[in-house]
Amino acid sequence: MSAAAASTTSAATTKAHSVVESSSRGKWLAGLLVVAYALITLIPLVWILATSLKSPPDSISYPPKVIFEPSMEGYVNLFTTRSRQTEEYIENLGPAETWYDEIVRKRNMVIVGPSRFLDRYMNSVVIGFGSTFLAVFLGTLAAYGFSRFKVPLKDDLLFFILSTRMMPPIAVAIPIYLMYRELGLSDTALGMILLYTAVNVSLSVWLLKGFMDEIPREYEEAAVVDGYTRLQAFWKVVLPQARAGIAATAIFCLIFAWNEYAFALLLTSGNAQTAPPFIPIIIGEGGLDWPAVAAGTTLFLLPIVFFTVLLRNQLLRGITFGAVRK
Amino acid sequence: MAEIRIENLHKTFGDFTAVRDSSFTVKDGEFFVMLGPSGCGKTTTLRMIAGLELPTSGRIYLDGEDVTNRRGGERDIAFVFQLFALYPHMNVRKNISFPLRMEGRPRKEIRERTEEVARMLQIDHLLDSPVGGLSSGDRQRVALGRAVVRRAKAFLMDEPLGALDAQFRELMCEELRLLHLRVKATTVYVTHDQIEAMSMADRICIMNNAEVLQIGPPSEVYARPATRFVAGFVGSPAMNFIAGEGGLEAGSEAVQVRGSRIAIPRLHEDLTSSEAILGARPEHIRISDQGALRGRVFAVEYMGTRQLITVDTDSGRLRVRAPNTVRVNDGEAIGLDFDSEKIVVFDSRTDRAVASALQAGGQRG
Repeated sequence: MSAAAASTTSAATTKAHSVVESSSRGKWLAGLLVVAYALITLIPLVWILATSLKSPPDSISYPPKVIFEPSMEGYVNLFTTRSRQTEEYIENLGPAETWYDEIVRKRNMVIVGPSRFLDRYMNSVVIGFGSTFLAVFLGTLAAYGFSRFKVPLKDDLLFFILSTRMMPPIAVAIPIYLMYRELGLSDTALGMILLYTAVNVSLSVWLLKGFMDEIPREYEEAAVVDGYTRLQAFWKVVLPQARAGIAATAIFCLIFAWNEYAFALLLTSGNAQTAPPFIPIIIGEGGLDWPAVAAGTTLFLLPIVFFTVLLRNQLLRGITFGAVRK
Repeated sequence: MAEIRIENLHKTFGDFTAVRDSSFTVKDGEFFVMLGPSGCGKTTTLRMIAGLELPTSGRIYLDGEDVTNRRGGERDIAFVFQLFALYPHMNVRKNISFPLRMEGRPRKEIRERTEEVARMLQIDHLLDSPVGGLSSGDRQRVALGRAVVRRAKAFLMDEPLGALDAQFRELMCEELRLLHLRVKATTVYVTHDQIEAMSMADRICIMNNAEVLQIGPPSEVYARPATRFVAGFVGSPAMNFIAGEGGLEAGSEAVQVRGSRIAIPRLHEDLTSSEAILGARPEHIRISDQGALRGRVFAVEYMGTRQLITVDTDSGRLRVRAPNTVRVNDGEAIGLDFDSEKIVVFDSRTDRAVASALQAGGQRG
């Protein structure tokens, strides 16, 4: 009998052992997959960063150079406009005053002024963040209203809001182009902010309504019974709890507005042009200046990376919201 | 502290009537329990008292003052929600002091009152912890603390123990009762649990289908239910119902049931247009060989000092609570006798209790 007991115990131990083993093996496998996926995703980004640090000849050499001498030429070209001069002219200039003058002179060129990249970049910042703020602000209020109040035709209104996303925005490009021309909104930052807000607000209303629905009404009711007004209750109780949802929504809106290319290409030119239509047309010596394009792209990626990292905890909670109740 | 008076309160949501023409008064300092199945209108009534819903018609008076159309915050009442509604982004101290901070009290006073309440509820050691990790009992105490700290005129509680497990609920029942004795605030407490209601209430108000059926102390509601619904809802197991035959006149003292004669308290009104239904609590039926009603034992459940015997009779299945000394076996044929003076007579058409010596006795006692 004791032998039987011993054998069952040992069987149980083996089983327990194998369970532990298989779960740790599963973890390894999952970890490996994640790492592999991360590497695949990172390849283009690493390529962009590497290209931005190459010299123009290195950037178009074949086979591609993995090991190369880093150069800031791409960044210098991105931020400056240059003109080609004769070698004698360059020699007569005397010693270069700055490191970027030196880089440029190697190519028989002189810097004649800043490029328009910084303006374009600032346009992107103003339009991207402005429209995100507006879309999230309007979305929060609308979502709260839809979530808490009896709105006549609520379902129809919500469907209407959603329906604006049912076709690709570019389908309405020509009407919008004509409309904007008539309204004087073409090539203005305000026009682009309004446009991106209009596109984003549907996403923002729907996402945030989901988050608002998850916040129990009792919280506001408790605050109202305790003497707060509805608006105060909204500020003190609802907003703090919707924070994760608001952060997640803001990131989604920002990514859209920041990346948008088609409308920006069509509706903006000299004045309110954003970075996306500008970067691909950076022309250097003998066609596209790939290091400068890569440098522009690298700098263009930074704000999104920064904000995603900054809000990563909120974002994670935002994505898992609803999975963990109370 | 205050008296709450409800007059002809009526509430409809579209076509649905949630509360129909209710009137009652909750006395100052009373522990008033509203009892009924879900959807009976008890919570809607409570929310109207709190100002979270506006009545369709009718008036609400708090301490003699008409507050019908005032916002919740202007009524000086405290509300405890079923799921506690603790703010997850605040710690215990912030949660409890939330109403005081609204009132803009001086910091010192806020701290003192918060700590005093926390000590009373024995959660003073938790004041600076977040509410997320608290046990459900401690969450309940924080929710109560938030209500008590206000020193509001009245406490309204919407199934505050509904989210607790059974064992803990008993403990919290006791704590709530002690808290009530200590604070002596007028309390309106909503529950669907009749045991909770019976053990805590000064008076119970029983509702069903949007209507108030009976208001009275637990003992009266139990012994002299006003309708068949009340009789069936209060008490576990429920009251037994036995159909009588033929009309009865005022002064009758017995009913015919399947050829046997069962004595009842003397009727004070006629019951000629419909038939009588007798209501008898399980403990008011005895097993006796001479019993008027014959039946066969279907099941016996032992419950400590007592046993619950289920008997199949021609008048349906009856439940009898008998002492353990009575020995019966499944399938055995037995006779049943009734404590005649405890029987409630209902009108089969209206389901209302017929006036009889039972009610009269209650009014005297």
